[in-house]
Amino acid sequence: MTIVFWILAALTVASGLTAVLLKNTVHCALAVTGAFAGLALLFLQLDAQFAGFAQILVYIGAVAILIVFAILLTRGSETPQGGVFSRTWLAGLCIAAAVFAVLGWAVIRSVDALPQQAASPAVSVMDIGNALMGRYVLPLEIVALLLTAALIGAVIVAMHEKGDGK
Amino acid sequence: MTPLAGYLLVAALVFAIGLAGALTRRNAILVLIGIELMLNAANLNLIAFWRYGPHPEALTGVMFAVFSIAVAAAEAAVGLGLVISIYRHARTTDLDEMNRMKG
Amino acid sequence: MATALDQIFVILKHWIVGVLPAALQPLVGVVLSVVAIIATFPALFALTTVLERKGLGRIQNRIGPNRTGPYGILQPVADGIKSLTKEDIVPLSADAVVHFLAPLVLVVVVFLGFAVLPMGRNMQLVDMDAGLLFFFAIGASTELSIFMAGWSSRNKYSLLGAMRAVAQMISYEVPLLMSSVAVVMITGSLSLVKIVEAQNQYTWGLPHWYIFTPWGFAGFVMFATAATAETNRSPFDLPEGESELVAGYFTEYSGFKFALFFLGEYLGMFSMSGLGAALYLGGWSAPLAVLSFVPSWIWFFSKVMLSICVFIWLRGTLPRLRQDQLMNFAWKFVLPMTLLNLLVAGLWRFLGDGWMRWVVCSAILLIAYVIVGRAEMHRKHYGPRSYRYAE
Repeated sequence: MTIVFWILAALTVASGLTAVLLKNTVHCALAVTGAFAGLALLFLQLDAQFAGFAQILVYIGAVAILIVFAILLTRGSETPQGGVFSRTWLAGLCIAAAVFAVLGWAVIRSVDALPQQAASPAVSVMDIGNALMGRYVLPLEIVALLLTAALIGAVIVAMHEKGDGK
Repeated sequence: MTPLAGYLLVAALVFAIGLAGALTRRNAILVLIGIELMLNAANLNLIAFWRYGPHPEALTGVMFAVFSIAVAAAEAAVGLGLVISIYRHARTTDLDEMNRMKG
Repeated sequence: MATALDQIFVILKHWIVGVLPAALQPLVGVVLSVVAIIATFPALFALTTVLERKGLGRIQNRIGPNRTGPYGILQPVADGIKSLTKEDIVPLSADAVVHFLAPLVLVVVVFLGFAVLPMGRNMQLVDMDAGLLFFFAIGASTELSIFMAGWSSRNKYSLLGAMRAVAQMISYEVPLLMSSVAVVMITGSLSLVKIVEAQNQYTWGLPHWYIFTPWGFAGFVMFATAATAETNRSPFDLPEGESELVAGYFTEYSGFKFALFFLGEYLGMFSMSGLGAALYLGGWSAPLAVLSFVPSWIWFFSKVMLSICVFIWLRGTLPRLRQDQLMNFAWKFVLPMTLLNLLVAGLWRFLGDGWMRWVVCSAILLIAYVIVGRAEMHRKHYGPRSYRYAE
């Protein structure tokens, strides 16, 4: 297990922890951008270049900016007076810990049964293009429809209503 | 500990952190951030299994992850639009105060 | 002799790396290339600041800086000394960590973009299979640093400037990507090296650059428009317009951090020009087959500097666009034209060689341009032109 993996894993987990623990919402958004970047680098470490660059382009270039705009439009940058954790925070924490315990136990128990392919697969962008146009053309078209519907839906949901005072 | 187990554990950890964030924070946008972290952890799982699995030339894992990224972006857009719309109505994004349907 | 001059930097690097023991060779090779990029482009940046100020001055009927050195050549040295020695003021209520990180993130991310540009034959830092995708992913990350700068200053004007800048950059990102997709479609590869090599052929002495095809010309115009908007250059510089918002999102920055923002913006201009040169202007290939003896890196940097001169010319000539005019332009005009351009590029490929495809593609693009342009302008009612002269 290389040192690069440990550094990237530590970076990602630390950014994720910061993102859910900080009080200032904008700092949380910037920390989760760091987590996205760490995950993109982990994808690159796993020889999935297309997925890594798509992750940077979509998550850091679009979703993070969307989150930041939403925080600013809903005055999330002001510190709330009632505390940032909800009243039932302990239950949530226990559930999350239980989920991690189950997943971790499953992984550790089945270490021997996991596949061990070591050689890095030679995947070129041409193969991805062929796969998208060949085997995965139906999911591609459905995702296109879904994105159009989401675009129109988001605009309608967030639009100012007619006759509103603003 | 094999490399694959390492990646799976990191993914499980990020998933748990995202779940904790989604369940314990008050601000609706931070719940969405937690959900995005969970989706990312699932993507990492997919890519790790693709890389160390038996048929990487079939590109199934990469395709699944790319479609998951696209769908997550769409869902983030709609979710944040909803949060903005609710803020316009209730003047707050605090989830503990949105308890009109309680009891 | 010509090839030796062409490959002189590559030969130099291989010689230096060959002198060292085998264990250090990969690391030193990479470090040498990175140092070359970090040395070249800021030097070009210094040259460009003088060029811009002199050029803008002449367009505005005045002389630019001419005190420091002959014709003001040493002005960047004076600017550098000034920005290094100015006091670094951070507002009391500003978010110190984010305020500090914003210019760093911008400069780091912009430098990363130079890694995939082919600056000469065999002269790219990494030949990635998905090089263009990497470049656009990196370009998308610069927007976040602009937001960080605007928000951390706790200043209404900075925040407003940052919001405008981010909205403008995401609006023009889609036409930028779509106009590059036409090139990728025709070449069949996302690798910038292959795109340049595909344009390195000559028919009757004239090159196969994509700008000399109808879809390529339209695509280049749209790419140039989107690139001008992406780098916040005039006429799209409302976010940093000096007469509008003080200085926009970097109002609260002084001294070296301001210089870093300036550097980041100009380096963004260089990398966009480099990308435009690689995608449409043939990268490092010579304009005529007879001129191929001139080294390839000279051609690349000439094209980049030509694009920079056009940027400076645009800045001095065109008035600034308003935010809503800018967004209207992006979503209602440039984006449909890029989609049409994609269709026309496909038609170009499948109509086969000959005069027919030139006529059909040009006709479709011209008619669409006129129709969409007229449709956008029908709501504006301009009276007849009247001229007033200073008597």
